[in-house]
Amino acid sequence: MGIYSLLSASWMLLLDAPDVAFTEAAVGAGVSTVLMLATLFLTSPVDKDSGRKRALPLLIVLATGAALAYGTMDMPALGDPNAPDDLHVAPRYIEQSATEIGIPNVVTSVLTSYRGYDTLGETAVILTAGIGVILLLGRSRRKDSPLAEEVPRPAGQLSLLRVVTAVLLPYILLLALYVQFHGDYGPGGGFQAGVIFAAAFILFALAFGFEPARRLVPSSALRLLMALGLLLYIGVGVWAVIEGGQFLDYSVLDAHDPVHGQHLGIFLIELGVGITVAATITAIFFSFADRAQA
Amino acid sequence: MTAMQLTLDVLGWVFLVAGSILSIAGGVGLLRFPDFYTRIHAAGLTDTGGAGLVIAGLIVQSGSILVAVKLVIILFFLLLTSPTSTHALARAALTAGLKPLLAPTPEEDDRSST
Amino acid sequence: MFATTTIAVLVTMTLALVRAMRGPTVFDRILAVNMFGTKTVLFISVLGFLLGRPDFLDLALVYALMNFIGVVAILRYYQARAREESAGQDEP
Repeated sequence: MGIYSLLSASWMLLLDAPDVAFTEAAVGAGVSTVLMLATLFLTSPVDKDSGRKRALPLLIVLATGAALAYGTMDMPALGDPNAPDDLHVAPRYIEQSATEIGIPNVVTSVLTSYRGYDTLGETAVILTAGIGVILLLGRSRRKDSPLAEEVPRPAGQLSLLRVVTAVLLPYILLLALYVQFHGDYGPGGGFQAGVIFAAAFILFALAFGFEPARRLVPSSALRLLMALGLLLYIGVGVWAVIEGGQFLDYSVLDAHDPVHGQHLGIFLIELGVGITVAATITAIFFSFADRAQA
Repeated sequence: MTAMQLTLDVLGWVFLVAGSILSIAGGVGLLRFPDFYTRIHAAGLTDTGGAGLVIAGLIVQSGSILVAVKLVIILFFLLLTSPTSTHALARAALTAGLKPLLAPTPEEDDRSST
Repeated sequence: MFATTTIAVLVTMTLALVRAMRGPTVFDRILAVNMFGTKTVLFISVLGFLLGRPDFLDLALVYALMNFIGVVAILRYYQARAREESAGQDEP
């Protein structure tokens, strides 16, 4: 699965979309693998045979698939230069982004400003998914399961993994911060940075055990942060309204210079996205971990 | 191009080519070595020699300091994490009971004729 | 001629893939996947040079990190699974 994800990341690179490749690499290769393993651990290694063949679900799937395929036939072909998308919307973004927003990375400017609503929705979805997982997996814990113990080490021997992890962690966090703030100039931004941030905590938990990790980041703090990020995002939108503009119109955030207002707005919401993503992924991971100990 | 630049350029290519060769060699070794523990050596070759030389080549070929620094960071990271993973992997295999393929000891050689 | 290096790395990745599929033990497969990952880091870096976009390096770095975490996770999983099984049986 890790291989699949990095093949698709490579493919995206070739399509000249590094931001997407970035997110795919971060999420697909690292986090998805970890979560899938956690799921495998929770479920039994052998498939339970469900007995009768179920024809009805298959039928529904086929029908839905056919309907969707039929719907797409009407859409313009991929890459068609006359598609309405490409004729009006995209050129405007590309042409105006430099003057209106003034950051080099057009992907970021589109995601966070022109399409700020969409990104707000995405962040809300992430938060919701996190809430869903927490609700589903619950928080019961059993102290005597294999995952709960601090992983025992042979006496007198420092675990190599732990040493290396301890050395690396500060740099990983530094990388997360770099990606977060560099998103205006190169591939990166809130989502990717949030994932890297969470990855640092996951690595810590894997190397040192879940109990120490839990002590480091209590779940109450996580849940607070999850919501806080989204709140920040919405807060910026509301601030814009207070200043007399439309919701999420950053230009009005700075009375003297709309471009600066854009920068400020983008900075804040990227931060919000980063916080929510980092907290949510870590929370999801811990929920799995808790459940694995039950 | 000045002689200095030319030498650097050639050096870069040499590194890249050498790295590529070592990389492939390691890959072939991965396929041909007889058991898991020996294959670790093959894989390790690609990670240190192959990766190291390729990245060195890229560093020499790079235009800017920033790029070179990033490459150094990547190399540092790879050199730190790859052996760690391999070590953990080997230890896990050993604990799980996977036995390395061993050559016959001298007493056995006296008895067999191979 | 970054292209040649790219191809060489790609070849190595394919070799690793073959080993990943062949096995025979799970450890062989994990080894191969780990190697596939490190080669991908190389691949992304060289590709960045090939296409003239040095920002790819950031990506390569992230990928190196993810590869590492993935392998550690797999090993932990394996360990936990093994301990669970031995806890469930009586060992002579």
